[in-house]
Amino acid sequence: MTRERSPMLSKRFKYLFQSTKGLVLVAIAMISIVTAIWGMLSGPMVEWGVKDVVVQLTGMKLVAAEREGRIIMLYHAIAMAVVAIQVYFITGIQSMRDQQRTTINATITVGYLTAMITGLGFAYFGHNFILHGLFLFGQALIFFSGILLAAALWPWKEEYYIKDPDYSRTKSGLDLERVAFFTMAVATLGSALFGAVTGSYWGNGHETFLAEDLIREPHKSPLQLAIIGHLHIMLTLIGVALTLVIGRWFDFKGPLHKIAMPFMIGGTIIITIGAWAVVPFEEIAHWIIYGGSVFVLMAGLFLVIFAWRKLIRDGLSEQGISKGTFGQGLKALLRDPLRFGATWQMVFMNFNVSFVGIFVAVKLDEIFRVWPARDERIILSGHWHVLSGIIATIILFYYADIAGLKGKARKWFGWVLIIFSDLAFGSATVFEMKRLFVTESAQQSLVNWVMLLIDIGLATVLVALALLMIWRLADLFQGKGRWATELAEEQRAIPAPAPVILTPPLKSSLPPDEEVQP
Amino acid sequence: MKRAPLLLILILTLATGCGGPTATGTPFTFETGIDPDSWASVPAGEFLMDLHNHATSVDYDYEMMVTTVTNTQFANYLNEALADGLIKIVGDEIVGYYPGDEFRGYEHEEEIAAGNWLHIPLDEPGLRLKQNGDSFEALPGYENHPMVHVTWFGAKSYCEFYGWRLPSEVEWEKAARGTDGRPYPWGDEIERENANFYSSHDLFEKIVGGLGDTSPVGFYNGKIYDGYRTIDSPSPYGLYDMAGNVWQWTGDVYEYQHYRYMRGGSKSDYEYNLRVWTRNNATPKYHSPNVGFRCARDTID
Repeated sequence: MTRERSPMLSKRFKYLFQSTKGLVLVAIAMISIVTAIWGMLSGPMVEWGVKDVVVQLTGMKLVAAEREGRIIMLYHAIAMAVVAIQVYFITGIQSMRDQQRTTINATITVGYLTAMITGLGFAYFGHNFILHGLFLFGQALIFFSGILLAAALWPWKEEYYIKDPDYSRTKSGLDLERVAFFTMAVATLGSALFGAVTGSYWGNGHETFLAEDLIREPHKSPLQLAIIGHLHIMLTLIGVALTLVIGRWFDFKGPLHKIAMPFMIGGTIIITIGAWAVVPFEEIAHWIIYGGSVFVLMAGLFLVIFAWRKLIRDGLSEQGISKGTFGQGLKALLRDPLRFGATWQMVFMNFNVSFVGIFVAVKLDEIFRVWPARDERIILSGHWHVLSGIIATIILFYYADIAGLKGKARKWFGWVLIIFSDLAFGSATVFEMKRLFVTESAQQSLVNWVMLLIDIGLATVLVALALLMIWRLADLFQGKGRWATELAEEQRAIPAPAPVILTPPLKSSLPPDEEVQP
Repeated sequence: MKRAPLLLILILTLATGCGGPTATGTPFTFETGIDPDSWASVPAGEFLMDLHNHATSVDYDYEMMVTTVTNTQFANYLNEALADGLIKIVGDEIVGYYPGDEFRGYEHEEEIAAGNWLHIPLDEPGLRLKQNGDSFEALPGYENHPMVHVTWFGAKSYCEFYGWRLPSEVEWEKAARGTDGRPYPWGDEIERENANFYSSHDLFEKIVGGLGDTSPVGFYNGKIYDGYRTIDSPSPYGLYDMAGNVWQWTGDVYEYQHYRYMRGGSKSDYEYNLRVWTRNNATPKYHSPNVGFRCARDTID
């Protein structure tokens, strides 16, 4: 009996910890578990008394003076897993030697799991400095895997040159999309160091702080500025990486691709320089960042235009329509909520993050600095959470596609994710900016409404995510479940240095409703 | 049946969203037994300041009001100060003279020039004062609630009218936490019955819902009010309400900025904002239903 089971267990282990889809599944599951438990410590869960129960059940030690440190370790723990997911995506879609792919994935997996588990252990369950050491060790492994990734992505190798003129490339055939991935990887490594060097001064000149608590300090120390630069550039680069991954999902090419890739490369470099320049040249750093952001946002816009055109074109041609009406075009655009959703979120992000940020910057002294610091702080932490949330939903759209979600389940999951996440993010934005519409004395009704909508939106998204995870968990108990098929497909696709094909061609991923559903 | 979830959401939405009270709330009178006219002594010496427990010294004894200034106290002051001509009513505002701050034109710094500045707005619905010409009194039920909607100029003017001052941030924090580095005035942990903060399920949230209302000064002193039990929560030096209820203006004027700092957290803030080192700031002309103040003075021998 045991001899029969072992190979099946080892196959599942191989799927979960060696295949790209399995690794992504494990990382999303880890984040889901952390979100489920730690999400109980804030917001309505505090009001309903759930926090107290969770703290008692888990034995968490929430020392009041350590809140800032705990939060920093919590979002590092989650961010490490998100970075790992993106690395899995990148090693899955970019050509590299199989050994490189395996080494990178293995290193970052050990790294993020170590950092996540020991970091949360240290922060929430008592200060054992072995745990803190392992937290740093895990992050060091992640950094090392980043170096390996950058080396594997090195674009100036002839075997990675491309001939297809539809894709952005130089005359000699240098693949500019690969250059964009490489640039992002190198910029991420430098920006991680930017935070790590400051972190190494912890207790020796650097004291724990949350950036939003320093907003109105007229003079910030270089170490404080470095952390502020670090946290902004890291999230930006996560956004850049994800945009590039989604571009490959859509097989982004053509004239827009040819403009977008140089924009993305240049924009990434400029923004990164701007974020680093915050320390020595704080006065001009913002202007450099604004300049770089224009290029990156334009590259994202080109991707969205390409993707929506493609969705419309393919949707119409599937119905045998060569040139449709506006209504037919709209129907074609919306027919696959996963693909539409991933790109729609990029557009929606502007209403919640980019435009809000620009408006706040323009009207800072006139409006926002008249408010108390705590109100301005809500905008900062709010837009940060919304941007992170939007990035998370885009990852989920992509993952749901590569996980094989089809038919009605695909539509339900996609639309629930779009509608309810945007309900939550939009309401959060109204909450952030509420002082524009209502005074403190008269805000209660508005606060009640938006808090309710945020809670409904987030709760529904989390339920959808839980169902997706349960589906994949149940699949692991099937002898010949999807996991077995996916493992076999990846093993077939391995001939190096070809990419592991994560995303099937667009048409084949859009089966009619009657096809196999989870 | 298919409509049931939508209907449920609609009912929940209407039930939760429409019942919000205004900041005016419903007045209920609770006598706390804590005298708002009393003062607490804070001895000179070193204490641990801010999140990182930096050793900080105060080299003089001083006193601080045991509670924040109440509506009744402020109404009395208005009547006296208006009669003295120290402040005046201009339209819907009470204003008073401030000599201005040194202005360096630093980034984001606004000039606070010499002139008349807003002390309290009279048209603000959250103000708990009743005006009758040049005479003021507290709204019934709010006599012993903290004075709110008072700007930094108004708070400073009140204290100086009686020969006192707004406490500096250092004075405020030492008075709040004593010398043992505690995060809350009463100790290491916060319970819902320690202070008036957001979602503390206090009596006032139960009465008016949502963000609740201010509580009478000194409310959290171990007494039971209409069956609602409080925990006695003074600071080591016997000050009440050093966490929650209303933010409290402090007196420091810092270089390169025009912001004035507040301490203590309020009824509308989550509990972590009530930690003694938490700072908030705003322009000195800012006023809010969540901001009040108390005064400090040199020790009287």
